[in-house]
Amino acid sequence: MDYLLVSLIKMAIIAPALLATLAYIVWVERKVIAHVQLRVGPYFVGPHGLLQPIADAIKLLTKEDFIPSGVNHFFYWAAPWLGLMFAVTGIAVIPLGPVVNIFGVETNLGLADLNIGLLWILGLAGMGVYGIALAGWSSNNKYALLGAMRSAAQMISYELPMALALAAPLLMSNSLNLREVVNTQAGFVLGFVPNWNLFTGFQIVGFVVYMICAFAETNRIPFDLPEAENELVAGFHSEYSSMKFAAFFMAEYCNMVIVCSVATALYLGGWHPIVPPTIAQFVPSLVFGGAAALLFFHGMNPGRPTDRYSFPVFGAIMGGLAVLFLLPGIGPILNHLFWFLGKVGFLLFFFIWVRATLPRFRYDQLMKIAWLFLFPVALLNLVLTAAGVTLFSK
Amino acid sequence: MDLVLFLTFALIAVACGLNMALQRHPVSSALSLIGVMVSLAVLYVLLGAEFIAAAQLVVYSGAIMVLFLFVIMLLNAGAEKLTKKAGTAHFLGLPLLLILLGLSSWVITTATSHAKPVKFGAFTAGGPREVGWELFTHYVLPFEVTSILILIAIAGAYRLANKEMD
Repeated sequence: MDYLLVSLIKMAIIAPALLATLAYIVWVERKVIAHVQLRVGPYFVGPHGLLQPIADAIKLLTKEDFIPSGVNHFFYWAAPWLGLMFAVTGIAVIPLGPVVNIFGVETNLGLADLNIGLLWILGLAGMGVYGIALAGWSSNNKYALLGAMRSAAQMISYELPMALALAAPLLMSNSLNLREVVNTQAGFVLGFVPNWNLFTGFQIVGFVVYMICAFAETNRIPFDLPEAENELVAGFHSEYSSMKFAAFFMAEYCNMVIVCSVATALYLGGWHPIVPPTIAQFVPSLVFGGAAALLFFHGMNPGRPTDRYSFPVFGAIMGGLAVLFLLPGIGPILNHLFWFLGKVGFLLFFFIWVRATLPRFRYDQLMKIAWLFLFPVALLNLVLTAAGVTLFSK
Repeated sequence: MDLVLFLTFALIAVACGLNMALQRHPVSSALSLIGVMVSLAVLYVLLGAEFIAAAQLVVYSGAIMVLFLFVIMLLNAGAEKLTKKAGTAHFLGLPLLLILLGLSSWVITTATSHAKPVKFGAFTAGGPREVGWELFTHYVLPFEVTSILILIAIAGAYRLANKEMD
């Protein structure tokens, strides 16, 4: 079939899926943080607050779009959409799965297959600063400007160790194409250790450095100084309301998804399962089947009255998913997606977990960590990896 | 398709370049310059130099221009005012610019023919592998000398910044 048509179909599936995911990450985040803090979290809009993201979207859409006096109108308007654009475009080079055959069409799971995939991500990460910097500057507000300044300095500083940490796995796979990087991580060593860069490439240090930088790049706790609410009101988006605020919000969560996907592709073996394929093909069904059984059990013995009706419905959905993974044809394709999205989901959960646990750094500490700790460690890791690759490469 | 893309992004580059010179506010000028750089990156991709395009995006528009913008915002530079003092520039500026443009376009059109593929020194392809190979074999001395030059610049900048502190 026509390449253009296939690409359009893939875009039509991936783009709405990404936007829906962004909305529901917020729900998951509120739920997880609530449970860490022994609260219930969103509960009243829909069963277990599942319709909360839709309610939030309606609220933000219908809110008054307030523009304060003295702002630079063009940049004030452009900044949130620039930020969102640079965040969303990153999904284009993420490889979601191998080349598969769907209804007789050979295609790879993922949008673009770029030779410079990782550089594209790094370029977009660099450009992402403009959204925040312009927002802070054009708002005509000193707190917003301070937040933007902090963000620009922070993102430039953390891009360096991040790029150095990312260079090490690239050395081992000898390519900048994310799909090829994932392909080199296939298989198992000794029959049970997955051949991921994290394990057999000894990239544990690089992975930790990358994840710390990822937190800083996405302005998340413990590095969320650009929007530190007890110092800067709300930082760079103090003066934004309605959909413009929502755009910043979505950009932040989209950046989270992108950095987690890059970590998955470079360190965690992309769509390759953690257990040998003979077992791996049944894992999704087992997970969803177990979830279904658990939901049915709790539906029988409800903790709250409404659970008697909502839990069996969720259980049926989970059971349906479990059956879907066993179907011939569509099952193996979903299996690749399951492993990739499962790893990304775990890393996203880790982001939320950290947010619920850690306090914020001071600004001088933030800069010290980047330049005096992460940078030398990443450099050392790169040098050792290069030495290892020269000594042991076939 | 290539021609359409080339014309679109060449036009954007020229428009952003003009806008950079015409805008009064330094932030608007800096952003127009970013527009020029991004459209240049697209033109590099069209020439098959994908690594150069990515480097343009990462280094120029991602790092250097962020620093530019950072400094402009930090100094809180406002819009510039027109002065009537530079009389020579006022009268000779436009004719001299036209002469410069005409001369350079004449030199370019006479010195190069259309049939030859784009080549730059020993670089024959623009992928990361080819660029890296040439950089570390054919051009290894200039490459290392440049990095030492940058190191000297960093040391100098550090010395100057330290002096200010005392």
